[in-house]
Amino acid sequence: MAASVLFDAPGPKTRARHRLYGVVSAIVLAAILGAIIWKLWEKDQFAYRYWEPFVTPRIINVLLEGLYKTVGAAIFAVIGAVAFGIVFGVAKLSDHRLVRWPAWVVVEFFRAVPLLMVIIATWYYLDAQPGNPAFVALVVGLILYNGSVIAEIVRAGINAVPSGQAEAAYAIGMRKSQVMRIILLPQAIKIMIPAIISQAIVALKDTSLGYAILAPGITVAGKLVYGEFRNTIQTALVLAAFYIVLNLLLSALATWVQRRYVGEKQVEVVGGIVQSQPDAGASGAGLRI
Amino acid sequence: MDVLIDNADVLFRAFGVTLKLLLVSGLLSLLFGTVLAAMRVGPVRVLNVAGTVYVNIFRNNPLLILLLLLFFGLPKLGIHFSYFNLNVLALTLYTSPFICEALRAGVNSIPIGQAEAARSIGLGFTQTMRHVVLPQAFRAVVPPVASVLIALTKNTSLVSIFGLLDLTARMKGLLNDYPSQLWWIFIGIALFYVVIVELISLGAALLERRWRIA
Repeated sequence: MAASVLFDAPGPKTRARHRLYGVVSAIVLAAILGAIIWKLWEKDQFAYRYWEPFVTPRIINVLLEGLYKTVGAAIFAVIGAVAFGIVFGVAKLSDHRLVRWPAWVVVEFFRAVPLLMVIIATWYYLDAQPGNPAFVALVVGLILYNGSVIAEIVRAGINAVPSGQAEAAYAIGMRKSQVMRIILLPQAIKIMIPAIISQAIVALKDTSLGYAILAPGITVAGKLVYGEFRNTIQTALVLAAFYIVLNLLLSALATWVQRRYVGEKQVEVVGGIVQSQPDAGASGAGLRI
Repeated sequence: MDVLIDNADVLFRAFGVTLKLLLVSGLLSLLFGTVLAAMRVGPVRVLNVAGTVYVNIFRNNPLLILLLLLFFGLPKLGIHFSYFNLNVLALTLYTSPFICEALRAGVNSIPIGQAEAARSIGLGFTQTMRHVVLPQAFRAVVPPVASVLIALTKNTSLVSIFGLLDLTARMKGLLNDYPSQLWWIFIGIALFYVVIVELISLGAALLERRWRIA
């Protein structure tokens, strides 16, 4: 056991006691897991007919098509959110009150309001539109919410660039917009990339909210599957597996980028806690306290 | 505007539902999250691993999928909860890992030298905890725990899909009945959430100021 602030290095007696705890807790955990599996078994949830859809090509296609739409929504959302975030993040740093305050209101508002509410309201707003209003509503909602969070990340990222950089740029005669565009943003974006990838995980998880308005995606594909085969438990587990694998891959990417390109430096507001933002429509990434 | 005033009683009742969900699942998440954190930072290897696995599974899985699983799955296994309890269970299972990670980050933020210094001036285990480690950990933990609770506030909106009449469900109802009043309804109901979120932020800011190193 590595050194810890919580307890001293254990001696032989303590180590024996810990081994005992280990055995006891292993038994308890195995019992809990066993109880769940037994319950599923007893209610015949492992029956082949419930799992068969997931090895049937037709159903796999339905799910993959849903996955394609989901990933598409997430990609649109992240691109839109980064654009939104850069515009509003920079606007929040503006010298002009008339720019700064509206940007502040918009960012604070969309960070405080549940994403699901925004998505549903947008959907009603687009109701009579041609095309695919549900998908558009989902993406718009994701952009507004994640964009607001990214605006905060951008603001913090720009503030994290050493002030000497801007001063030097002004000293060689650059204008305000040049300083922002040529000096500050490029450096800030490098610091921000891991935080933005973490936010992409949030956006990906939140695409599941499309379920509420039947926007095409893997959750709605899952709904079709369990509607036909009455296998909600199995479908939910399969969907969960899809999301967990995708998110773990993205987390690994964020860690790799952090180590490879950024080093230890992190955006202050989101530093450390950004990985732990709960989100089915909700992060308070970088709570402004 | 009228639509909000006419439906004020409905809205305040929905506000009550949202608040009750937040309070019950918030408290349970704090409890279970603390247990998870203890498992992850404790000396027992088996519990470390179990805690890590739980956190990674539940944190990377959308709340909606968890709600689907419990809402449709538990009745199939012959386990029946009220809608309220079911939603609280899902919110708690989902939020606890985030609380756990916030607490763990708090403990990890304390340099090991603090504990070593405490032991070297002769403080015992409980004294080290009480006077040195925990006060610093609490302070470090306030902002992240507050953002988890804010996230939980917003996540309660998902219960509207699963049978509870909270603010978001009422918004949907009102939008159906008064399509022309969309902006009033949306902004009016959003303000309820803004109030809760601002209260949590304010509370956290006060706690932080109180516990700040003088």
